[in-house]
Amino acid sequence: MPPLVLFALQLLTLALLLAVLYRPLGDYMATVYSSTRHLRVEKVIYRLTGVNQDAEQTWPIYFRSVLAFSAVGILAVYGLQRLQAFLPFALGLPAVSEQLSFNTAISFVTNTNWQSYSPEATMGYSVQLLGLAVQNFLSAAVGIAVAVALVRGLARAASPTLGNFWVDLVRGSLRILLPFAAVAAIVLLAGGVIQNFAGFQDVGTLAGGTQSIPGGPVASQEAIKLLGTNGGGFFNANSAHPFENPTAWVNLVEVLLMLAIPFALPRTFGRMVGDNRQGYAILAAMGTFFVLSVSLLSALELGGRGTAPVLAGGAMEGKEQRFGELGSALFGTTSTLTSTGAVNSMHDSYTALGGGTTMLNMMLGELAPGGVGSGLYGMLVIAILAVFIAGLMVGRTPEYLGKKLGAREIKLASLYILTTPTLVLVGTALSFGIPVIRESVIGTSILNPGLHGFSEVLYAFTSAANNNGSAFAGLTANTPWFNTALGVAMLLGRLLPILFVLALAGSLAAQEKVPVTAGTLPTHRPLFVGLLCGTVVIVSALTYFPVLALGPLAEGLL
Amino acid sequence: MATTRGTLRQYGVAVRALLVLTLILGVLYPLVITGIGQLALPQQANGSLVRVDGRAVGSALIGQSFADAEGTPLPQWFQPRPSAAGSGHDAAASSGSNWGPENPDLVAAIRDRQSAIEKLDGVSVSAIPPDAVTASGSGLDPHISPEYARLQVHRVAAARSLETARVSALVESMIQERDLGYLGEPTVNVLALNAALAGMDEKN
Amino acid sequence: MSTTTEERTESSVHRHKDTAAPFGPRQLLAALPVALRKLHPRQMWRNPVMFIVEVGAALTTLIAITEPLSGGPVESGGTAMPSAFTVSIAVWLWLTVLFANLAEAVAEGRGKAQAESLRATRTSTIAHRVPHYDETADPGALVATSEAIASADLHLGDVVVVTAGELIPGDGDIVWGIASVDESAITGESAPVVRESGGDRSAVTGGTRVLSDRIVVRITSKPGETFVDRMIRLVEGASRQKTPNEIALNILLATLSIVFVVVVLTIGPMAGYSDAAPSVPVLIALLVCLIPTTIGALLSAIGIAGMDRLVQRNVLALSGRAVEAAGDVTTLLLDKTGTITYGNRQAAEFIPVGGAGEAELVAAAHAASLADPTPEGSSIVLLAERLDPTLTRVQQASGAVVPFTAQTRMSGIDYADGAMLRKGAGSMVAAWAAESGALAADTEGELRAAVERVSEAGGTPLVVAERRADGQSRVLGVIYLKDVVKTGLVERFAELRRMGIRTVMITGDNPLTAKAIAAEAGVDDFLAEATPEDKMALIKREQAGGNLVAMTGDGTNDAPALAQADVGVAMNTGTSAAKEAGNMVDLDSDPTKLIDIVRIGKQLLITRGSLTTFSIANDVAKYFAIIPAMFAGAFPGLEVLNLMGLSSPASAILSAVIFNAIIIVILIPLALRGVRYRAASASQILRRNLIIYGLGGVIAPFIGIKLVDLVVSLLPGF
Repeated sequence: MPPLVLFALQLLTLALLLAVLYRPLGDYMATVYSSTRHLRVEKVIYRLTGVNQDAEQTWPIYFRSVLAFSAVGILAVYGLQRLQAFLPFALGLPAVSEQLSFNTAISFVTNTNWQSYSPEATMGYSVQLLGLAVQNFLSAAVGIAVAVALVRGLARAASPTLGNFWVDLVRGSLRILLPFAAVAAIVLLAGGVIQNFAGFQDVGTLAGGTQSIPGGPVASQEAIKLLGTNGGGFFNANSAHPFENPTAWVNLVEVLLMLAIPFALPRTFGRMVGDNRQGYAILAAMGTFFVLSVSLLSALELGGRGTAPVLAGGAMEGKEQRFGELGSALFGTTSTLTSTGAVNSMHDSYTALGGGTTMLNMMLGELAPGGVGSGLYGMLVIAILAVFIAGLMVGRTPEYLGKKLGAREIKLASLYILTTPTLVLVGTALSFGIPVIRESVIGTSILNPGLHGFSEVLYAFTSAANNNGSAFAGLTANTPWFNTALGVAMLLGRLLPILFVLALAGSLAAQEKVPVTAGTLPTHRPLFVGLLCGTVVIVSALTYFPVLALGPLAEGLL
Repeated sequence: MATTRGTLRQYGVAVRALLVLTLILGVLYPLVITGIGQLALPQQANGSLVRVDGRAVGSALIGQSFADAEGTPLPQWFQPRPSAAGSGHDAAASSGSNWGPENPDLVAAIRDRQSAIEKLDGVSVSAIPPDAVTASGSGLDPHISPEYARLQVHRVAAARSLETARVSALVESMIQERDLGYLGEPTVNVLALNAALAGMDEKN
Repeated sequence: MSTTTEERTESSVHRHKDTAAPFGPRQLLAALPVALRKLHPRQMWRNPVMFIVEVGAALTTLIAITEPLSGGPVESGGTAMPSAFTVSIAVWLWLTVLFANLAEAVAEGRGKAQAESLRATRTSTIAHRVPHYDETADPGALVATSEAIASADLHLGDVVVVTAGELIPGDGDIVWGIASVDESAITGESAPVVRESGGDRSAVTGGTRVLSDRIVVRITSKPGETFVDRMIRLVEGASRQKTPNEIALNILLATLSIVFVVVVLTIGPMAGYSDAAPSVPVLIALLVCLIPTTIGALLSAIGIAGMDRLVQRNVLALSGRAVEAAGDVTTLLLDKTGTITYGNRQAAEFIPVGGAGEAELVAAAHAASLADPTPEGSSIVLLAERLDPTLTRVQQASGAVVPFTAQTRMSGIDYADGAMLRKGAGSMVAAWAAESGALAADTEGELRAAVERVSEAGGTPLVVAERRADGQSRVLGVIYLKDVVKTGLVERFAELRRMGIRTVMITGDNPLTAKAIAAEAGVDDFLAEATPEDKMALIKREQAGGNLVAMTGDGTNDAPALAQADVGVAMNTGTSAAKEAGNMVDLDSDPTKLIDIVRIGKQLLITRGSLTTFSIANDVAKYFAIIPAMFAGAFPGLEVLNLMGLSSPASAILSAVIFNAIIIVILIPLALRGVRYRAASASQILRRNLIIYGLGGVIAPFIGIKLVDLVVSLLPGF
């Protein structure tokens, strides 16, 4: 079969599966976050934690709850790593260093899952389960909660409150993520993903050598790593590792897991604001970028430009035979367009322009469809900016879903779009601008010489600030500079946008709703979808044009 | 003061919430999945181990080396893809090379591998498929392309003094088509192929 | 309000054409000195986008001056730059700033002339102040002493006497007397108007001249804050405050500027890794091209021009916020009388009832109306005389006139012999007739039917009854007073509906009449038998539903509603209470102008949005011009991105900067005139503007920069 047909069939299968999930999953999530009833187990949890489950929170309190929970999460993951030597099931591994613990704690709490380390040699089962896997659930639940708070802000009228963070957190974890992760884990198990506590098993190989086969509770973690768009691998090779991603059909299931919630959240949004068409518009914009991006990356990897790929006869360096270029490009696109950052092939070894495409995916702001929750709130912020400009063009004070967009709303949306590029560009510039750091970066961290080395650093900050977590993994990031700078980038790249989104939600919720008239800009038509896409490109992507020119473009257009 | 107390209370809630949720998500959930895996799908859950005469010789999913201690390929075995995991196929240190497309090291490595195969298998460079000269993402890729398997038939048959046609037929029978006919790439599992090859020897 | 809608529209359009200064080289030249003065950093600071350009221009100039000492422009990104490069960039950056200031200065200049003529009326006059005014004992201030003081020394609440030939020293309300006043200084209307104490025609404006009689005026404005003062500030643009949308837009523009400042500041160290660091002038050029200078330069000109368009139509917006709100209006409250119908109703038919003959009814109606001075009264007389040419007007002398009062709601005539005639509101007249014995049932039925018929047709029924000298009363019939709906309104209301604006007619008529007229005029809704309280309640109800309400008003009664409405247009003929309460004043006192005001408000927002879109869309092409040029020396492969095929890196960068400056000048007329606005649905408008300004904004600079490059490449070294 020609590659184009294979590509089309693969994409169609995925689209079909997502289409089947869209309504039931989206509606289910809307029900979860709208229901006033609590499950018995939830009531027990609220009693144990001292939460008044029926008390609503204003946006500052909602944000402070996110902050408190994130701070406690970071401390816990940090503590677990530092105390690893004393934990059971640690596989005899020692305590993790201070810097690396700091970086990893932030990384998993912020839903980034950047890994400056090789997991097999660093993290025992206890840290993986109690620290990392738990945060895979919780950081995802926090992301959805924030998105839902913003949706409530748009849906409610003259409301001082946005809901209760603790209730949203518990429901997201127990009613959405846990059941779906459990089902997914069993499917992965059936496909060959391992789930044991056996540690390393030495076997004598056919050729007479020995091999140390790793074990571990992988399926349970793999499921939530993808479902919650976290991406932190149980193994160093991440989803390229056959124990994480054993076959081509499992590969497709994993892609589906990453996309399921982010692509269904527009439905949740549409349902909650009482107009499903609004959800379809957001979905259409997300889908447009997804299809364009996956097509581009597939074409670039199949095309195999560059010295090494041409010499080898194909861009197979860093790719698994069972996935091939197409399965790798699909996973790579999905991982960088969501905030997952899992990889089933080494992005560092992609063609220059292909690697640049994965960077561009993140630079778009990870909103096509983005991380769980973060994708939706990212797209809604862009929608607000698009409505603002377009609204003026139809001669009205701009309004989105009946909410007027005034100075406060635009200020918050502006701060949101300002945050990530600033972190990425300043972080990268400091890496090369300060002589001491520059020395360490070029001397120690960068693996590939020349322009590709610049791309490795740019990729690292892009990934950290966007909470993606994938890497041009040749970069040795376990250095004081990268552990610290990327840690800060991840933390600010997570919490500042959440702050702005919740403030925006509070400001929108407090407003009355303006009725819809013929003079109202419709935000569900193809025209608006086009406008939304244009705004994403101009507001997000164009900012990075110069740095892309210095890295992947310069390398790929040699 | 009220805010301080409020903040403290919030952190108290956060700590308790984390503890309770850790119990559910970090302990109960993986244990239940492990239980299901061990009871219902023990083969997969424990790493799809391949046994020869009851002895585990590796995992069907994990590529292993068929070279001698110095890393020289053993001609009687089908060779896997090059590996960047540890010193090669080190399952405790999965990794790709992470070499970029313009990296001179990668270019040199590909050249070296091409000439090695050229020498070992007696084929022209243009006939060597890309998977034969590139390291996989995990370093543990258990598969090679059918082209690379076919390319090795002559050498393996010769080394084992087997009829080429039989080895060739074995290779063809071991080719796994794309999942569902269109997902991924056709593959040949090297360990399975070599294990079958070993069985063939015994039958002789 | 005797002119028709069409005439009014024509006249204001005509006036607009007369006064709107055409934009041309002469205006630019005249505005140049002002534009240069605006280069002062303290002035520029208010516009962050252009401030960044000015700082960049200053920096580039500094480099241009010092670099010959170190041997000409430094290499940028591995490319040698021609010797004239830095100087050229510096010059064009200054021009960019200057063009922005020019746009603002030209916009302001258009208000200047008007301000001058207004200022002439403000020259200090002598005021005759009555220090101890006693409004009960001596309301006319005939005996009280007055003192002469300068008008500038008048305070709020002072009472002054103004006699014929004098200028009124300040804004105020007439507390005593009646006078004809020449208000041409403000309205441009040469015919004098009558102003009198009490009622809705009591407000006078400082600077207007009393032509006849003597009035006592209570000053209602503080010194320096008179209507004329405010007008001067408004037309000059001096008191212009940023409107909410403008503030929000400025935030967005500032954000985009900051993003690109970060982009440009970080390029140096990052490109340094590959030894491709661009020189400072190149980076400044990139920055200026990327930040939204086009809209940044034109934003305030657009705002001033929007206000100016209102002034051209003789409407004064007392705040820019009101103009913006006008674009947002979703509900328009229109008074029936004077706005939807002509102010006067015409007698159309006589309907006899209860066995009275038509001739009898006509004669009675004629007699009862002879003393009625209202237009309705004279229309009855005229119609009666047409139907019965034998009627004469002499009877008038033989009876005593009973005037209309709000209590009786009827008028008529009492003859010396005890006979009486009454005409008026149906229920009142019927009750009056019934005083001397209940009406016959069939008469009453006939009467009710006739009244209903008239009401349903949108007319006003006037019942005519007589009481003979013997005390016997009977109802003679009904006069059908027809409300005449202005022509062309149906189309205008349909247009408003397409714009998403609901029209509500406000009338004192009964619901039946109101409904008929509402249907004829094509309004969406009506409020019948409306009291000022009803009107207020309606506004609040609409606002609670999220609607923005616009209305006109002139009476003191209207003041609370004018204040409550989001856009309250007070008629200049109205009371000062009304003028204070509204946020706009229509000098022509034409209520239909509300529709124009809405259009102007929308046009203002559309112009802003369109030029913002254009400005941001321009970035795409500028990137493709500058990025390959910037790094071409170090990475020749990037030449692929030079889509326009620009001749050299230096030429590409300079061409982008030049295009960036010139586009400002090219767009000044559009900023002043406003983007064309046609009533249509939001989607249609969006599609159109997105194609023109969005797509156009992407494409235009590709062509423009290429054209500039063709010229620049002729320069030596480029």
